[in-house]
Amino acid sequence: MTKVYCIGEGLVTPVGSTVKEVLSAAREGRSGRLFDKGGFSGTSFFETIAIEAARKAIQGIEITPRTGLVLSTTKGNVEHIGKADISLAASALNIADAIGITASPIVVSNACISGIAALLQGVRMIRSGEYDEVVVIGAEVHSDFIHSGFDCLKALSPEPCRPFDKDRQGLNLGEAAAAMVLSARKGQWEITDGVIRNDANHISGPSRTGEGCYKCLRYVMEGVNKEDIAFISVHGTATPYNDEMESIALYRAGLSDVPVNALKGIFGHTLGAAGILEAIVSMAAFDSGIVLPTKGFHEMGVTYPVNVSAHERPAKGKLFLKLLSGFGGVNGAMVFRKGGAL
Amino acid sequence: MKAVSIPSGANLTSLYRELVGNYPKFFKMDTLSKLGFLLTEMLVGDEEGRFTPREDRAVLVFSRNGCLANDLNYAKSMEDFPSPALFVYTLPNIVAGEISIRNKYEGETSAYVLEKYDRPLIDAIVRQAFQDRITRDAIVAWIDCPSDSEWTAMAWIETK
Repeated sequence: MTKVYCIGEGLVTPVGSTVKEVLSAAREGRSGRLFDKGGFSGTSFFETIAIEAARKAIQGIEITPRTGLVLSTTKGNVEHIGKADISLAASALNIADAIGITASPIVVSNACISGIAALLQGVRMIRSGEYDEVVVIGAEVHSDFIHSGFDCLKALSPEPCRPFDKDRQGLNLGEAAAAMVLSARKGQWEITDGVIRNDANHISGPSRTGEGCYKCLRYVMEGVNKEDIAFISVHGTATPYNDEMESIALYRAGLSDVPVNALKGIFGHTLGAAGILEAIVSMAAFDSGIVLPTKGFHEMGVTYPVNVSAHERPAKGKLFLKLLSGFGGVNGAMVFRKGGAL
Repeated sequence: MKAVSIPSGANLTSLYRELVGNYPKFFKMDTLSKLGFLLTEMLVGDEEGRFTPREDRAVLVFSRNGCLANDLNYAKSMEDFPSPALFVYTLPNIVAGEISIRNKYEGETSAYVLEKYDRPLIDAIVRQAFQDRITRDAIVAWIDCPSDSEWTAMAWIETK
């Protein structure tokens, strides 16, 4: 099967706009969840940051009719609901136009696993042989719409979120844009596998047995030696149910002792951007030889053992896994393997 | 290939009573989910071994407008008391979740938004989804539901 590599990355986040800056923030525990929009005068902040992230990722890469675009977001321009065409399709076209992509854009809107689902779509497009490069962009901006929704579900934490901690009280919302360019041309990182599975249990609560997340882990572990896993970047939203569910799924998959981390304490939950943002930051952390700390974690607060730490640790292995779960019962897992050098 | 559709503006409650009748969760769903739920009933209602959990069937839902109709309903509720019951349907993939829960489909589920009903592109995405090592077939739906009274809703089963 065609090997698929990441050959470009771009980030636009409140804690930095280069991979290096963002990695430093994550290492030092400097969090930043919302942008200062004071100077913004355009029509769509969402499209603006998505385009900026994509432009960084495509530097030095030629856009041709065989370049695809996959956009990952949950709510796009929803802050303008009732006042403009907020369809994700319209946003995707605007973004494609801005970066010169002529192929029909594809939006993957799969709740909080959108990032992995979009990367998986991109991987499959490269493997199909119909595209030379695929630009995958994840973006989300804050809005009263999203805030009020999570608030009325009582999912928001009144304090900075604390993934896997015994006193965790919920999530923080964040905003960011992140982009990756996928290609069969050799790059430093290979995406070797990815999968989506449904709990078939509840639309807004995770499975009590971690069913879909476990099935995702089982699927990707077919091609992975446990000893090669440097760390697992889990979803870790810091809601009571999500973190408990992930501990169960990791336990069932025999991965309780593998180092894990959650980055929501730095960025908040960036929804449609989360998968791509957290994957890029994880690649950079691996390249620096470290497992990033889990900011906000102090004392174990899940039933099954999880190898999580508030401190930075050395990374030993050849690859990392990225996990996400979301409303609609969806779960995703993806394998990022360091190519070439190892 | 079996294909089904629901005409725009059809009475979905009548259709539910005719096809199902004993799944009260139906009444909590938004229009998009009701359409996906009913389309699936029409497709697999007489399938042998139905309701046995399975991981080899994907649910892939396509549209232009996602869950816009319900987004507008939720936004209206924000003026008064934001409704958690409406908010949980403000994602285009919830319909795939409802289909999975009803039918115990534990495989891949995804929601895609395209600028228009582009059948060659949909077919290509479905073929790409068959790169999954376990998926054998897929419920594929185009459900475009910009309002609660007008829509395009059709579905079919694609086999690897």
